Amino acid sequence: MKRLSLMLGLVAATAAMQSCKMKTAATAVQGDAASKTYVAPGKYDEYYNFVSGGFNGQVSVYGLPSGRLLKVIPVFSVFPENGYGYSEETKAMLNTTNGSIPWDDQHHLDLSQTNGEQDGRWLFANANNTPRIARIDLTTFKTMEILQIPNSAGNHSSPFITENTEYVVAGTRFSVPLGSEDVPISSFKENFHSTASFISVDKNSGKMDIAFQIVLPGMNLDLSHAGKGPSHDWFFFSSYNTEQAYTLLEVNASQKDKDYIVAVNWKKAEEYAKAGKGKKVSAPYAHNTYDEHTQTATSVIENEVLLLDPKDCPDMVYMIPCPKSPHGCDIDPSGEYIVGSGKLAALIPVFSFSKITKAIGDKQFEGDFKGIPILKYESALYGEVQKPGLGPLHTEFDGRGNAYTSMFLSSEVVKWSLKDLKVLDRAPTYYSVGHLMIPGGDTKKPAGKYLVAYNKITKDRFLPTGPELAQSAQLYDISGDKMQLVLDYPTFGEPHYAQACAASLIKDKQVKFFDINKNKHSYVAMGEKNAKVVRQGNRVDVYMTAIRSHLTPDNIEGVYVGDEVYFHVTNLEQDWDIPHGFAIKNNPNAELLIMPGETVTLKFVPEKQGIYPFYCTDFCSALHQEMSGYLRVSPKGANVPLKFGTGETAETVAAK
Amino acid sequence: MKRLTKAGLISIPIVVLFLSTLWLAPMWRIDMRAPQYPDGLSMQIWINDVKGDVPIINGLNHYIGMKTIHRDDFREFVFMPIAIVLFMAGGVLVFLLKSKRAYYIWTAAFLVIALCSFTDFYLWEYNYGHNLDPNAPIKVPGMSYQPPLLGYKKLLNFEVLSQPDLAGWFYCAAGVVLTVITFYEWKKK
Ligand SMILES: [Cu+2]
Repeated sequence: MKRLSLMLGLVAATAAMQSCKMKTAATAVQGDAASKTYVAPGKYDEYYNFVSGGFNGQVSVYGLPSGRLLKVIPVFSVFPENGYGYSEETKAMLNTTNGSIPWDDQHHLDLSQTNGEQDGRWLFANANNTPRIARIDLTTFKTMEILQIPNSAGNHSSPFITENTEYVVAGTRFSVPLGSEDVPISSFKENFHSTASFISVDKNSGKMDIAFQIVLPGMNLDLSHAGKGPSHDWFFFSSYNTEQAYTLLEVNASQKDKDYIVAVNWKKAEEYAKAGKGKKVSAPYAHNTYDEHTQTATSVIENEVLLLDPKDCPDMVYMIPCPKSPHGCDIDPSGEYIVGSGKLAALIPVFSFSKITKAIGDKQFEGDFKGIPILKYESALYGEVQKPGLGPLHTEFDGRGNAYTSMFLSSEVVKWSLKDLKVLDRAPTYYSVGHLMIPGGDTKKPAGKYLVAYNKITKDRFLPTGPELAQSAQLYDISGDKMQLVLDYPTFGEPHYAQACAASLIKDKQVKFFDINKNKHSYVAMGEKNAKVVRQGNRVDVYMTAIRSHLTPDNIEGVYVGDEVYFHVTNLEQDWDIPHGFAIKNNPNAELLIMPGETVTLKFVPEKQGIYPFYCTDFCSALHQEMSGYLRVSPKGANVPLKFGTGETAETVAAK
Repeated sequence: MKRLTKAGLISIPIVVLFLSTLWLAPMWRIDMRAPQYPDGLSMQIWINDVKGDVPIINGLNHYIGMKTIHRDDFREFVFMPIAIVLFMAGGVLVFLLKSKRAYYIWTAAFLVIALCSFTDFYLWEYNYGHNLDPNAPIKVPGMSYQPPLLGYKKLLNFEVLSQPDLAGWFYCAAGVVLTVITFYEWKKK
C-alpha cells in the first residue's frame, strides 16, 4: 500500500512537472492569424518585399502578407539559373579592379525616393565585402549598374539614400589605409581611415558616380540614414571602435562608454566639393553598366576620386556621443528624431535634430575627435528609452508616432512612443532578430500595417534540414495597439535589411517582353533568315534564333576542338512569359535564359571531339522537348566544311 | 417614276454614315481564351486590315499546322473597301434620283455584298481551319480548326468567340434600315 501511494505520488509529481513546461512559441499566435496572411489563389499580395541575401549576394523578392517567394534577383553573385555573370553580356557586371569577383555579402537595400517617399524606380543594394553598390531597375528586376567604391573596406553603412535620391552613401566598416601603401597594422591610428562616400544618382537615368569621399578617422562606420524634412541636408552614420582597435575588437572596441553618431552636412560637403576644397587622388575602381539597348554590360575602370578632409571643410562633420557601440541609426518620418541603438546599451538614446543645430550654433562641444568637434551628449539628446530590452539594433517607424526597435539579445520587437519614449508593447521573435522592416518605415510616409522581423536563428521554426537551416522571417500585424505575430516564413541567404513598397507602385509598369525591333545587340539575328554561323580564325559566332519550338540553326558542323564558339541566341517571341533557355552538353560555363526580344551569348570551347546536343532548358511549349539540335565537333585540322541549317535532311538535300 | 418618301430619303445618309464607321472601327472580332492566356487573345478584322494579337496567334499556329495570317494575303482588304465605297456612291445617286426603284436596287446590292462577304468569310475560315500542314506536329484525328462564323466554339485548349465588332454592328444596322425602309416604301405605294 505504501509502495503504491509512493508510486502514485511519483506519477503525480511527474505529471505536475510536465504541466510546468516553459512557454513556447506556439502560444504567441492567435486564432485569426491565418486569415490575415491568406492571399487566395489568383489574388495578389499587397506589398513587394525586397530582402537582402546576405552571404548569397542576391536579392530576393517576397509578396506580403503571404510571404511567398516571387523572385531571386542576381546582383553580386553569378546565377547559373539564368546565366547572370556567365553570359558574355553580363560577365562585365562583376568586374572589379581585382578582376571578376563573382560573389559578395549583400546587406542592405534602399528603394529610390522622391520628396522622402518611395517612387518605385530603383532599388539600391550594397556589397559588403568588395565595396560595391548596385542599382536594380524595378521595371525589369534586372541589375543595371554596379559601382565599386575605392578607399573603403566592409561597405556596410550603405546604400542609404537622401530624400530625393540625390545621393547614395557608402561608409567604411573596416578602416584601411587610403591608396595602397604598405604599412604595419599597428600604425592604425596614423594610417587607417574610414570614408563616407557620396554617390550622385542621375535623376533620369539613375546612373551613379562617386561625387566625393569624406575622409574620417580610423573607426568603424556601421549604419546610416539620411535626414528628412528639416534635417534634409544631413546624413547620420553610427560608428563603433572609436577606440581604434585593430586586434581582438570584441574586447578592445568595447572599452569606451560612448562611440559616436557622425553627422555629415552633405549640402555643405557638396558646396566644398564645388568650391574646389577637395583633393583629387588616384583611386582606380570599376564602374559597370548594363546597356538596355545593346543588352550588354561594359566595365570601365575609373581612376580618380575627390577627397574632402573635415580639417579643410569646417561645419561639415560633427560627432554626437552615443552609448556603447551604436548599430542602427534611424531617422523618424518627421526628420526630427535620430535613434541610435547602442547594441551593448541598456537604453535607446533619441537625439533631436533641432537640439543638434542649436548645440552646433552655441558651440556646445566637449572636445574633438581627431579634429572633428564632439557635441555634448546632453545638448543633442531628446531623451532615452529606459529598459527597452537587451541588445537594441534597428528601429523603424509606423507613421503614427511609434517606433519599433529590434532586440537581438532578448529576441523581441519593442514598440515605443516617440513622444514620451515610453515602451508600449513587446512581442517575442523566434529567434534573435536582426533588422526589422515596415513598408516605407524609413521614409516620410510609412505604411504602418505590417512589420517583418528578420531573424538570425531559426532552430525549431520549420522542418529541420540538417545542420544548415533557412533563415526565418516573421510577419506582425501592427495596425492595432498590440503587435500580433501572424506568419513565419523561411528566407534564403542571410537577410539583413529589407524594403517593401505597395504593389501598386511598380506592378503596372512591369516590362512584359523586349521589343525585338529595338534590339541593338551587335550579334542579334533579326528573324530566322538571318540565323548563320560565321568563322573567323578559331572564333565561331553562331547567330541563333529561338522560337516555339525550334532553334535555328539546329545542325552545325565544321567546328573543331579548341574553337571558341559563341552562341548568340535571340529569342524571337513577342509575348509575355515565353523565355527560352539554351544549354549545350559538357559546357563548363552555364545555361542561359533568354527573355522574348533579347539576345544572350554563351561561350563554349569544346575540348574533345564528338556530337554535342544543345537544347532549350525552359519548358516553353507543348513541343519544348523537341526544341534541340546538334553541334558536331571534329578533331583539329579535320576537313569538315562549315555547315548549318534547320529542317535540312539527307533526303531533302539529295532531292535537290 | 414613284418618288421616295421622306423617310426613305433620310435613311440614305444614315446608311452611308453607318457604313463609314467601317473605316473607324473593326467590323469583326474573334476572341480566344486558353488556360495559358488568362487575359485572352483577340483578333480584330477591319475592312482593310487584321489587327490585335495576330503575331501571337500566328506563333501558336505551327503546332497544328495552320497557316499564319498576314494582311497581304487577303484580296478582300482591297475589294471590300472598293465595294463599300461604290455602294455609298450609289446611295448618293439614289438620293439625287429620289426613285423608289433605285432604292430597291440599292438594297438588293447591299444584300448581295453582305452575302458575298459572309460567304467569303466562311470559306476563308473553312480553308484556314481545314487546310493544315500534313507535317504538323500535333495531329488530332478528325479534328479541324475552323473558327465559328458567329458564336462560340471550343477548339482544343482554346475557347473561341466570334462576333461583329462596333463597325460590324453599324453594318448590320445599315442592313436593317435598308430592309425596313424597302418594305415601308413598298407598302406606301
Ligand atoms: Cu523553348
